[in-house]
Amino acid sequence: MTRILKHPILGDISEQKKVTITVDGKSYLAYEGEMIAAALFNNDIKTFRYTKHHHKPRGIYCGIGRCTDCVMIVDGIPNVRTCVTPVKDGMIIETQHGTGEWKRGGQDE
Amino acid sequence: MNKASIVIIGGGPAGLSAAIEGAKAGAKVLVIDENGKPGGQLFKQIHKFFGSKEHKAGTRGINIGDQLLEEAKRLDIEVWLNTEVCGIDKNKKIWGIRDKKQSFSIVADKIILATGAIENAVKFSGWTLPGVMGAGAAQTMINLNRTLPGKKILMLGSGNVGVIVSYQLMQAGAEVVGIVEAAPRLGGYGVHTAKVRRAGVNFYTSHTISRAIGENCVEAVEIVQLDSNWKPIEGTEKILEVDTICIAAGLTPLTELAWIAGSKFVYIQEMGGHVPAHNKTMETTVEGIYVAGDVSGIEEASTAMEEGRLAGINAAASLGFYIEKEQEERTKIVWNGLNALRCGPFGHKRKNAKDKILASREG
Repeated sequence: MTRILKHPILGDISEQKKVTITVDGKSYLAYEGEMIAAALFNNDIKTFRYTKHHHKPRGIYCGIGRCTDCVMIVDGIPNVRTCVTPVKDGMIIETQHGTGEWKRGGQDE
Repeated sequence: MNKASIVIIGGGPAGLSAAIEGAKAGAKVLVIDENGKPGGQLFKQIHKFFGSKEHKAGTRGINIGDQLLEEAKRLDIEVWLNTEVCGIDKNKKIWGIRDKKQSFSIVADKIILATGAIENAVKFSGWTLPGVMGAGAAQTMINLNRTLPGKKILMLGSGNVGVIVSYQLMQAGAEVVGIVEAAPRLGGYGVHTAKVRRAGVNFYTSHTISRAIGENCVEAVEIVQLDSNWKPIEGTEKILEVDTICIAAGLTPLTELAWIAGSKFVYIQEMGGHVPAHNKTMETTVEGIYVAGDVSGIEEASTAMEEGRLAGINAAASLGFYIEKEQEERTKIVWNGLNALRCGPFGHKRKNAKDKILASREG
């Protein structure tokens, strides 16, 4: 379990509202509003994308939306920074290969 | 809204402090931040701060963040979140994107850049593997996302960030296998270093990481001893079983907007590299554009708040909200605070480096 339920300074977190997300076709539970990267870590997923030329795995690096190492395809939009994008119920997340591509119907709303 | 008096870019400790001073002086203030929540990196700093009582010493970063937000709210400061600034022109026209949808432009009388910094990377074989991350990233994961980035962690770098994050990783329930430091001496404040040492963490001074081991993620790390010329000593390699490697190797100022705005720069290694030249009021070489916090040279949240106050006071004064005497008095008080923060063996180095930046601007 990677979720920190008890903490000596920050206190305990109680169970929160759960939402369902889909990652590469499989369903997972996440806490509503948590960052995608955190939701994936809590479901034991640490590889978010593969590089364009050498197909090397990448995960999170800076965790604050600056380095873009953690980008994935989210609801059809490629290059979404998962460390600063909160999950929403029904979100469809896909491992990104290279620079990714726009999926049909991929738009923000 | 397409015109504002003082626009502050970045809502961390420096930006919020600048906004509070600007608003207190009577100026119309707008804070723009890219993130969904204001506070910058304050809300992951759960340790108590240093300095004097005036500098909120003994108060945890998270509580300082709350205090700043409360004060900003009381002063009715406008904050645009989820807003990215992409450019600034010579006439202080700012353009950017709100909510990833809507472009905007706004003309400011004064601009304060408080954009912060990014963590440095250290390159070794395997450094791009999932499981290698910035120490600050691990701190964000545990303290903001309440998620452990790994169970067995190696920290590279024994400066304050390295030892503080190591301790916080242990508080969150992870095992810190060791702290590797390339220099022969440890780099952090004694009080933080001692806490980690008392908890039984191994320190490897004069060591570095030679490679991260693993196919798809970190499975182990190889460290190696360094000689007095920082060269690896053959035969001293040691393999430690870890699933995460954190890199605490300093920060680089996020200066893109200051470059675009046309400020002159000066290279000061101790301050994180290229920093915008600025004077004692935090004004860059572009009239009416100020900097505060890590973007003006890497220091700490406590100095960032004082620099923010300096920029806020002086931007407001240049708009006529303070007469010269008031401006001088208020500036002097903040400078006394800054000088107090920049003393001692650690602070003194930063003071000297800051003096170099000021000298470059005067010269």
